[in-house]
Amino acid sequence: MRFVDEYRDAEKARALAAKIAALCEPGRHYKFMEVCGGHTHTIYKHGLEDYLPESISLVHGPGCPVCVLPMGRVDDAIALAEQPDVIMTSFGDMMRVPGGRGSFFDSSAAGTDIRMVYSPLDALKVARQNPDKHVIFMAIGMETTTPSTAMTVLRAAAEGIENFSIFCNHVMIVPAIKAILDSPDLRLDGFIGPGHVSTVIGCRPYEYIPAEYGKPIVTAGFEPLDILQSVYMLLQQLADGRCEVENQYSRVVPWNGNTVALRAMAEVMELRPYFEWRGLGFISHSALQVREKYAAFDAERLFKLPGVRVADPKACQCGEVLKGVLKPWECKVFGTACTPETPIGTCMVSSEGACAAYYNFGRFSRQRVQEVSIESSRV
Amino acid sequence: MTHQDTSQQQADWAEAAVAKHAGAKPDEDAGFPTHAPGTEHAGREQLVLERIERARRARPRVREKLITLAHGAGGKATQSLIEAIFLDAFRNPLLAPLEDAATLTAGDARLAFTTDSYVVSPLFFPGGNIGDLAVNGTVNDLAVSGARPAHLSAGFILEEGFPVADLRRIVESMAAAAAAAGVSIVTGDTKVVQRGKADGCYINTAGVGLIPSGLTLGVATARPGDVVIVSGPVGDHGITVLLERGELDLDAELVSDTAPVHELVRGLLDAVGPDVRAMRDATRGGVATILNEVATAAGVAVVVDEDSVPVRPEVRGACELLGIDPLYVACEGRIVAIVDPGAADAAVAALQAHPLGASATAVGRIIEDPPGLVMLKTGFGGTRIIDLLVGDPLPRIC
Repeated sequence: MRFVDEYRDAEKARALAAKIAALCEPGRHYKFMEVCGGHTHTIYKHGLEDYLPESISLVHGPGCPVCVLPMGRVDDAIALAEQPDVIMTSFGDMMRVPGGRGSFFDSSAAGTDIRMVYSPLDALKVARQNPDKHVIFMAIGMETTTPSTAMTVLRAAAEGIENFSIFCNHVMIVPAIKAILDSPDLRLDGFIGPGHVSTVIGCRPYEYIPAEYGKPIVTAGFEPLDILQSVYMLLQQLADGRCEVENQYSRVVPWNGNTVALRAMAEVMELRPYFEWRGLGFISHSALQVREKYAAFDAERLFKLPGVRVADPKACQCGEVLKGVLKPWECKVFGTACTPETPIGTCMVSSEGACAAYYNFGRFSRQRVQEVSIESSRV
Repeated sequence: MTHQDTSQQQADWAEAAVAKHAGAKPDEDAGFPTHAPGTEHAGREQLVLERIERARRARPRVREKLITLAHGAGGKATQSLIEAIFLDAFRNPLLAPLEDAATLTAGDARLAFTTDSYVVSPLFFPGGNIGDLAVNGTVNDLAVSGARPAHLSAGFILEEGFPVADLRRIVESMAAAAAAAGVSIVTGDTKVVQRGKADGCYINTAGVGLIPSGLTLGVATARPGDVVIVSGPVGDHGITVLLERGELDLDAELVSDTAPVHELVRGLLDAVGPDVRAMRDATRGGVATILNEVATAAGVAVVVDEDSVPVRPEVRGACELLGIDPLYVACEGRIVAIVDPGAADAAVAALQAHPLGASATAVGRIIEDPPGLVMLKTGFGGTRIIDLLVGDPLPRIC
């Protein structure tokens, strides 16, 4: 398949892996955080860690929008779905995210009308098809999905659609990276920057990371070779004594971002003073809400929400996992009380969550992999 | 909006789940969660992995108070439902192996007996409709049990207002499919429910077939060294139905692979019968689910080579876009066979001799360790697990 296979070439991967190994200083350990959950998914799905020397650890970051949604907001969304004559629409990976009172799937089984959509425009279509119902779109995601939500609100306003609103939970990655850099318990050597977010915001917003924190960052694409190459670029920066923002994903990411998308976001949304991130706590200016001008499309203004904060279970260590302080398997409840079929923490829900990726794809020892490689080469 | 100082609640269900597992937790937790950054804990990771495998072997339970769509998706929730509710209540030696068909004895004869319900939406799709699907599905469950399909029953649940012309089309397809498979539909039932109480037409079929003497198949008999063979490209049916639903604004020149596999299976058994350990038709849950059943039932590991698995470009493209793994997507005319390594080449050749098996190929191998796991050598050259599916990527494809 064009534009896919060339970025999954095992031959090229082996060559790159050799260059990576050659760049590693003997005796030094490297810790790179891939900020984006999409990268975490790619790393596990393709078994990319098999190519990395033991001295390089990839630490999984907070860039999984489903994982950082606090339970109280899930409860609020379910409360919205329970309103009379409401149809709630949501991306599929939101369906199983547990709140204090269960998930969308549970709520749907109990009788609410919650439908999976692939885009906010599909939610608008549901609104057009059901003029006697009020259709709410569960808007989640980082800067990647925010423009499509904003464009949908603009389209709804232009068409004069009166039975559609969004429940806005959009968050922004830059304040979250800053929160991680300010966290005292984490020592990182560099960042693999979020490629999809960067298609919208560009690379400029990351300039404070090398400038103020002295850490290199390479914005990377989502195929396995992209990630391997970005690891190589980070090592090269360290070896050269450089520290800067580099763009590995230049085939898609413009340095200054997508101005049309940014304009639509700014038109419809504004910063919240603060917002709770699951596991990371309240981070100021880290999320978006609907502007007064578009109040007619803001479910938070149209309906009364419980707005109750739900504490994470004490045993749940999602916060440490999201900050990369703990590896998924080091969490106390990993794989026992918390599994993909009965997730407690959100990292175990989304396929982009670090815990789900590790549980579903990587739940075996590296040493065993080597043996399997030898055995299966006879297949 | 939510404020920092609003009252805080506990998620009771989560605390309960943690408490329930806390008692069963062994001592190796003592050191959690502190460790020096950068140090490797391969030994401790191994302990955690073993703890997880123990938790996975525990008796399945259905914790949900209500049935959700996940219970019907063919993944882990379906398996829990079957084992914790149905098997628990009906437990008997014939049901317990949970094969595609039960093996009955009547005098000297051995019969395979199976049933399946069909709720596919839409009812008509490129390459078939719910009618031929309902016949082929049951014929195939019998065929992969090693039986010669003989007789079928057909039960219909129809919704008030369903067009008779559509019913006629469906039934004509069933008759044609039955004729093609050499089976007769010998008994049946009809119910009509009020408008809104069913989605047009649901069909149940059951079937019996005769198992030739000397043949014993079962996924539990797989042993290290055995070769895993698939009979053709995977995922055609699931992706065809998904696209036909029209919710995705995607188009592809794809048709369902719905077909009776009894002749394909016959060719394989005639060629290398005694060396075939097990066969399954890769319906709901796809090839990945079958291989997990093999790994669990036989206490072995399965290694699959991703590059060897035949997948049509259209299916692969749709799967890439949707974030689905084709190994989990349903087929309706593909079999997975586990065969002795000495007979693998002959088995592939026998399958390839039939048009339905033209692109049959070996895709993997059974190994000893780690028991219960299915692993994939990715095309990229890495390794990962293929687990039972959690969640619901493709509702109502059969």
